[in-house]
Amino acid sequence: MISIRSDASEMADALTAGTTTSVSLTEQHFEQIAKVDGAVHAFLYLDHDGAFEQARVVDARRAKGEALSPLAGVPLALKDVMAQKGIPTTCGSKMLEGWRPPYDATVVTRLKAAGIVILGKTNMDEFAMGSSTENSAYGTTHNPWDLTKIPGGSGGGSSAALAAFESPLAIGTDTGGSIRQPAAVTGTVGVKPTYGGVSRYGLIAFSSSLDQAGPCARTVLDAALLHEVIAGHDERDSTSINLPVPQVVKAARKLDVKGLKIGVVKELQGEGFQDGVLNRFNEALDELVSAGAEIVHVSCPSFDYALAAYYLIAPSECSSNLARFDSMRYGIRIGDDGNRSAEEVMNMTRHAGFGPEVKRRIILGTYALSSGYYDAYYGSAQKVRTLLIQDFSAAFLKADVLVSPTSPTTAFTIGQNDNNPLAMYLNDIATIPANMAGIGAMSLPSGLADEDGLPAGFHIMSPAMKDDLMYQVGGTLEAALLSKWGAPLLSKAPGLAVNS
Amino acid sequence: MTLNYDQAVEKYEPTLGLEVHVELNTVSKMFCSCSTIFGAAPNTQTCPVCLGMPGALPVVNAKAIESSILIGLALNCSVVPFSRFARKNYFYPDMPKNFQTSQFDEPICVNGYLDVQLDTDDGVQTFRIEIERVHMEEDTGKSLHVGGATGRIHGADYSLLDYNRAGIPLVEIVTKIIPNTGKYAPQVARAYVTELRDILRSLGVSDVKMEQGSMRCDVNLSLAPIDSGKLGTRSETKNVNSLRSVERAVIGEVVRQAERLEVGERIVQETRHFLEESGQTRPGRSKEQAEDYRYFPEPDLVPVVPDSSWIEELRALLPEKPSVRRKRLQEAWAVPDKEMAALVNAELLDVVEETILLGAEPTRARTWWLGEISRIANEKSVIPASLITPTHVAEVITLIASGELTDKLARQVVDGVIAGEGTPQEVIDSRGLKVVSDDSALMVAIEAAIAAQPDTAERIRSGNIPAAGALIGAVMKATGGQADAAKVRELLLKHLGQG
Repeated sequence: MISIRSDASEMADALTAGTTTSVSLTEQHFEQIAKVDGAVHAFLYLDHDGAFEQARVVDARRAKGEALSPLAGVPLALKDVMAQKGIPTTCGSKMLEGWRPPYDATVVTRLKAAGIVILGKTNMDEFAMGSSTENSAYGTTHNPWDLTKIPGGSGGGSSAALAAFESPLAIGTDTGGSIRQPAAVTGTVGVKPTYGGVSRYGLIAFSSSLDQAGPCARTVLDAALLHEVIAGHDERDSTSINLPVPQVVKAARKLDVKGLKIGVVKELQGEGFQDGVLNRFNEALDELVSAGAEIVHVSCPSFDYALAAYYLIAPSECSSNLARFDSMRYGIRIGDDGNRSAEEVMNMTRHAGFGPEVKRRIILGTYALSSGYYDAYYGSAQKVRTLLIQDFSAAFLKADVLVSPTSPTTAFTIGQNDNNPLAMYLNDIATIPANMAGIGAMSLPSGLADEDGLPAGFHIMSPAMKDDLMYQVGGTLEAALLSKWGAPLLSKAPGLAVNS
Repeated sequence: MTLNYDQAVEKYEPTLGLEVHVELNTVSKMFCSCSTIFGAAPNTQTCPVCLGMPGALPVVNAKAIESSILIGLALNCSVVPFSRFARKNYFYPDMPKNFQTSQFDEPICVNGYLDVQLDTDDGVQTFRIEIERVHMEEDTGKSLHVGGATGRIHGADYSLLDYNRAGIPLVEIVTKIIPNTGKYAPQVARAYVTELRDILRSLGVSDVKMEQGSMRCDVNLSLAPIDSGKLGTRSETKNVNSLRSVERAVIGEVVRQAERLEVGERIVQETRHFLEESGQTRPGRSKEQAEDYRYFPEPDLVPVVPDSSWIEELRALLPEKPSVRRKRLQEAWAVPDKEMAALVNAELLDVVEETILLGAEPTRARTWWLGEISRIANEKSVIPASLITPTHVAEVITLIASGELTDKLARQVVDGVIAGEGTPQEVIDSRGLKVVSDDSALMVAIEAAIAAQPDTAERIRSGNIPAAGALIGAVMKATGGQADAAKVRELLLKHLGQG
C-alpha cells in the first residue's frame, strides 16, 4: 500500500500501475504538511493550486495512455532559491519578500515537463549562506528527528520535508555542502552533481563558481531518478556541460562494488569529528569491503586550506552577485519618500533587507576583492583551488571514489552557534573540497551516532562527470545497511512523533 | 593668462590617447536574445538576463565575438587564444546587476596599429597609431534625470530608467599613447577616428553613427614642456560625439592645460565632459577619488577560446582597407585630390563606385552625385544615398550619353525620381520629357521661328552666324526645352544655307 512513507520510486510504480493517482498523492502530502509543518517549518510557501493542477493534468494524460516521464505525478519540494514563475521566491531573505519571478529556472522547467508536482517552496538560510537555516529571514526549520535541533543548511527545509514525510523528493542547491550536510543530519540522501551537470539558470546565485543544484530524496535510487530529470546541458547556462548525463539510475540499481577502490581521505577524519559519526563511518566501510570493494588510504594535504580558501572565494562572488539587490527593479524598497537619493534608498534597502550573515559575507568579499588585497586574498584562494583540483586528480588515480563522514557532527541544538560563525563554518569542512574542485558528491545515512542517537552521513565523492560511480557505491552501501538495520533509518526517528 | 592654440603647442608637446566605444550592430544583445533595434519604446527590449533578475545568467553572443575578432584583425592586432570577461563592480541605477560584464586584463585582441596620413608643412606624413587592445563589454541602460539644474542624478526630482540599451554589445578600441604629433595632435586624432570609422563601416560590424551614439570617443590628453622627455598628467574627455568635436576637444584641452601650466598650476587627473557649443570641457568626477571596481573574472561565463582556423577564415573575409580602396578608386577615376576629398567627406564613394560599375561614365557619375543630388540632399538635410539609387543615376547618365536626355531634362528626371514618381523611364513617360529628335517636327518649329523673325533669318543667310542664337532660343521655347539644342542649330543653319 502506497503511503507518504513510500519511496518516490514506489509511488512512481503505483502511479504507473494505476493503484494510486497523483491527485491522491498530492492530497496526502498536503495533509501531512498541514499536520506537521507547524512544528517543522520546512515550507515557506505552499502552491496548492499549481500542485493540484499539475496532478490533474498528469492523471489525465496517464488515463489517456500517454507516455510519461518515470517520476510523473510524484510530489516534490523546491528550495526557495529557485525561480518559479509567478510563485513567491524569497531565497530566505526579506530582500525578496513578495517577489514573484517572471520566469522559470531551467530546473523548474524540467520538473514541470517531467510531470513532477511542485508542492511549494522550502526554507533555507538567507541566500543559501549558512548550515542550519537559522539565517532564514522567515524563521528556523526544525529537525524532524529532534525539534530542538537544526536540520542543517542552507537547504534545511528541503531535507526536513523529506525526513518529516512532507514530500518524497526535493531540490536543493549546494555551494559548500548545502545539500549534503542537511541530508546527513536529517538521515536523508542528498547529491551535489558535478559542477555544470545541472543548469544554474534561475538558481539565485550565492557563489557562481561553486553553486550546483541537485536532488534530495530518502533513497539513493530516488535521488538518481530525480537527477536524470534535472541534469543535462542548458544553452542558457554557459557553464553547463555539453556531454551526455551519466547513467546514474542504472548505477544506483547496480548494487555491486566488486573491484572498486574506495579512497578514505586522511584529512577528513580525526580531530573535530564526533566519535559516533566516525564509528558509523568505519562500519560503513566494513560493509563496502564485505560487498567486494577495496579500501585504500589517500592523503589530500591541501584540503587543510579548503575552508579558508572557500571563505574568500564564496564571499567574493557573493559580494558581486548580491549587488543587484538594490530595490530599483524588484524586491523591497525602503526609504523612498521622495526626498532621498537613489543611493540613499539603495543603502537603506540593503541595510534593512539583508540579515547579519549575508552582510558579513558581503563585507568579507568586498574586502577580499578590493584593490591592493585581491592578490593576497582572492588570488591566493584561487591558487588553493588549483591545488585542491590537483589533490583530487592524484587521489582519483588511486581510488575510484573518495569517502569521508559528511559532517563532523550530528545536528546541533538550535541557537548553539549563534555567536560563533567559525564553529558554524566548520560544519562544511568535509563537503567544501568537492565544490572547490567542481566534482560530484553525495551524502547518505550511515546510521545513528552513539552519543545522541541522531543521524550521521556517509560522504562519497566521484570524479567530474562520473557521478554514476558515487551512485553505484551509495546504492550498494544503502542496500547493505538496510538489510543490517531491517528497516529504513527514518523509521527510527523519535521526533516523528509529531506525525501521529 | 590666456594662450591661443599656436602659442600652446609652441611651448608644450601634447600626448594623446584615444578610447573609442563602438556599438556592434548584432541582432541580439551581448548576453541575451533581446533585440538591439534603436528607438523602441522604453523597457520593451528586456528580459530576465538584461534586467539582472535573480537567477538569470549571461550567454555570450557568438556574433559579437566574431565582430570583435574582425575589428582586431582589421587593426593588425593579435587575436588572443584565451580571453575572459570580468566583472566591473559599481552601483548605479541604470546598471541592472550593479556590475558591468567587461573584458579587463584579458582582452580578445591586442597590439595592433592603424596608419593615418595627414597633409603637413612637410608634405603628406604618415602617423602610426598603435592599438593597445580591443575588448568586448556590455552597455548600461539609460537614465533620464528629471528636474534639477544639471540633468545629473544629484538634484533631480526623479529619474526614468530605460533598460533597452542595457546589454547592447560594445567594443572598446584603446590606443597606446600617441606621442610626437606636435601641433598636429587635433588633426591626428580626427584622422584616426575617421579612419577607424571607415574601417568599422567597411567591416559592416557597426552603424558607426556618432550622432546616435553608436560610436563614442573619449580623448585622453596630457601636455609636457617641449623636449622635456616627460609625460604630463592626463585628463579624459568623455562623450566626444562627432569627428569635428574630436578635433575641437583636443584643441580645447591643449589650450586649457597650457593655460594652467603657464600659471604654475598642476593638471588634475580627471574625467571631463566636452561641451559642444563652446568646444571646451568641464570637469566630471575626479579620478583621484576613483572607485575601486573590484574586478574579478566573471564566473558565469567560460573563457573565450577562438579556434585558430576560425580566425583564419575571418581574416580571409576582411574587406579591402578603406585607405587602399580610396587610392585605387582615385587612380581609376583620375580624380584630383580635392575632389576625392570631397567625395570621401560626403560619404559618396560607395554610390559613385556602384554607379560607375553599372555603366555610367566616371566623370558624369561623380558630377551628378556631388552636384545635383548632393544639392537636393543638403536642402532636405538627408544623405544623398537616401534619395536615389545608383541604378537610377546610372540609367539617367546612360540616357544623356545616348542623347535621349539633355542635362536639363535629366535634372527634371532626377527630380521626379526623388519625388517618388518612379523609375527614370517612368518619370520620362509620365512627364513627357523625351528629347525631340524627330527632324520634321523640329523643322515645323524652325520654320515658325523664321516666319516670326524674318529679319534675323535674313542676317543669318548673309553670314551673321551668331544671330542664330535668337532663333534657336525660340525653337527651344516652342518645344518646351525638349529639343536637343545642337540638333536645332544644325538644322537651322542648314535650312538657311549655312550648314
